[in-house]
Amino acid sequence: MLSIKNLHAQVDDTDILKGVDLEIKPGEIHAIMGPNGSGKSTLANVLAGRDDYTVTAGEILFEGQNLADMAPEERACAGLFLAFQYPVEIPGVNNIYLLKAALNAIRKSRGEDALDAVEFMKLVRERMKLVKLNEDLLNRSVNEGFSGGEKKRNEIFQMAVLEPKLAILDETDSGLDIDALKIVAEGVNAMRSPERSMILVTHYQRLLDYIKPDHVHVLADGKIIKSGDEQLAKELEERGYEWVKQEAAAA
Amino acid sequence: MNAVVNNPVEHFQSEYARLIGELDNDPLRDERKAALERFAATGLPTKKVEAWKYTDVQPIAKRHFNTTQAAPPIDVGQVDAVRFGDLDCHELVFVNGRFNAQLSRLGDTASGISIRSLAAALADSDSGIGARLGHCLGENTHAFTELNTAFLQDGAVIEVARGVQVDKPIVLLYLDTATDTPTACHPRTFVSLGENAAATLVESFAGLDDSSENLTNQVTEIDLADNARLDHYKIVQGGGKNFHIGSINARQARDSRLESHSLALGGNLTRTDINTRLEAEGATVILNGLYMVDGKQHVDHHTRVDHLVPHTNSVETYRGVLNGNSRAVFNGKVYVHRDAQKTDAQQSNANLLLSKTAEVDTKPELEIYADDVKCSHGATVGQLDEDALFYLRSRAIDESTAGSLLTYAFASEVVAQIKLAPIRERLEHIVLDKLPQTEQIGEFV
Ligand SMILES: Nc1ncnc2c1ncn2[C@@H]1O[C@H](COP(=O)(O)OP(=O)(O)OP(=O)(O)O)[C@@H](O)[C@H]1O
Ligand SMILES: [Mg+2]
Repeated sequence: MLSIKNLHAQVDDTDILKGVDLEIKPGEIHAIMGPNGSGKSTLANVLAGRDDYTVTAGEILFEGQNLADMAPEERACAGLFLAFQYPVEIPGVNNIYLLKAALNAIRKSRGEDALDAVEFMKLVRERMKLVKLNEDLLNRSVNEGFSGGEKKRNEIFQMAVLEPKLAILDETDSGLDIDALKIVAEGVNAMRSPERSMILVTHYQRLLDYIKPDHVHVLADGKIIKSGDEQLAKELEERGYEWVKQEAAAA
Repeated sequence: MNAVVNNPVEHFQSEYARLIGELDNDPLRDERKAALERFAATGLPTKKVEAWKYTDVQPIAKRHFNTTQAAPPIDVGQVDAVRFGDLDCHELVFVNGRFNAQLSRLGDTASGISIRSLAAALADSDSGIGARLGHCLGENTHAFTELNTAFLQDGAVIEVARGVQVDKPIVLLYLDTATDTPTACHPRTFVSLGENAAATLVESFAGLDDSSENLTNQVTEIDLADNARLDHYKIVQGGGKNFHIGSINARQARDSRLESHSLALGGNLTRTDINTRLEAEGATVILNGLYMVDGKQHVDHHTRVDHLVPHTNSVETYRGVLNGNSRAVFNGKVYVHRDAQKTDAQQSNANLLLSKTAEVDTKPELEIYADDVKCSHGATVGQLDEDALFYLRSRAIDESTAGSLLTYAFASEVVAQIKLAPIRERLEHIVLDKLPQTEQIGEFV
């Protein structure tokens, strides 16, 4: 599904990603952990196509297509979804209309008809339940005045409606209280399928108690320095990152 | 044809001589003469005059506008196209500044409400209008106001007696249509609301022809008695070559409230001055504005609020969207006089630049001579928000649509303040029509 080879990326002439390799197969869930500033969000943004990040070397293939040639909206249409670490507030743009426009743009690119208002609302109601999203939020401006937790739920709600092939969840668990975390995790689990892959960027092993990852990676200083299974996440929780860094430096 | 003259002062003087020759029993004879003399003393403003530093009126000075040439007939279909949908209103239609009774739909007015053309009021020797015109013009008028006084022939007089609420909005539709040679009209609107009276007035200036190089030099006077309320909408949507110079001049008595919306959405050069004097405690003015310009269009708003006494309030919110090589000027002066303690004045002006070659000059000017006041102001000039653009694009919205969506959202914050739904909806569409990918974002409205 996703194949990242030797990816190097810069922001403002500073190297942030320094040779990332990652292979993700359909249906797999990969957790990426790592210290602050190690490049996790950069990787997520590069995948989604943010243009202030420059890929200086390496390649990213998504279902065989070279992502470098594709605009963010084309990537979204191809089935990529980024749940933002910091969802953007957009005053004056209605949340539910945006979602409808997004869904219909994706459907159109696949040669499917646009959903009419009734069909769309049926889908919305169904998916809202997955993350117990407060109905009032539908008709507000995108993320405007939403609490931190509401913003994160809204991201997962969007994912549930758009049904991407690959979802990148950048710290969706940060800022959620225990109950909200469970609800969001249940929503994510409900979206799991043999065709849908996910990348979970997180600092907390706790999330991985609810959403079982197939693989866990440590990203430090722009590189994946260790990969393992969920056991690795538990070890990181106990011992921090220093030992992994030392191990990597020794190798 | 009049003799060829190069100097605009001489040109207006010779036009004046011609006009005066055509007027009988003119109740404004002395006022006109004095105004023309004041105009002749200064001439048209140059860029050396502070208030005209960024707005060059040379294109106006160069054209020798004819004052008396009649407009060609227009048909109802053209009027319908610029009407506000099915808005139920008292409507006066003007073509090139002259009232047109056939096209108008005044309807019945209840007692205590008088709405008529200025030409009719001037012709009625009992109206006393001659003595009242100019009542709301303070010291902050400019040469174009003098020209308006010297040349005015038509417009509207709206008088509402104390305690009367006008049942329907009053709409003045000023239509401009091309003439053989460029013409100028100088309409005047005079509004007077008695104590506790309330009304909504829409003054819409619409160009019917993109080829018209006509000038509309319009002046509105608003006199609000104690606790009177006026919602005023000024919409300028001139044709591509139209010139519009206008001013709104208000005097506000105790607890009166003026809500002014000024929308400049088309025309070659559009300048609107808004001057309001808060003359008694509790007087409040709300100033909302939106300008959207493209190509080589130029738009200028100069507003001035005089807080003359304690406990008066002003809230001003202007937004602008600039594309192409367009230019916008915003100058918002808040003058808090020495006695005006407890003044509450807020002002903001935000500008969105969609092209690198568009330019905006924005200047809040606070002059405060009282010490116990609450005043704030802020002016911003920026591009589309990159984070928001990326967010939308990551949600499969293409770049052009995302840009239009954000631009629309920015502009609609002003449009959303418009309480009258048919007017708000029409403006939403006018704004939308200026953006690429209108169809895609139409759903969002
Ligand atoms: N626009 C930018 N200009 C310069 N440096 C940047 C820019 N954006 C990110 N960086 C830097 O890139 C590095 C990686 O940032 P990134 O956001 O990818 O980290 P992260 O792993 O997601 O961290 P966190 O866990 O705190 O979210 C940081 O040092 C950050 O300061
Ligand atoms: Mg991050």
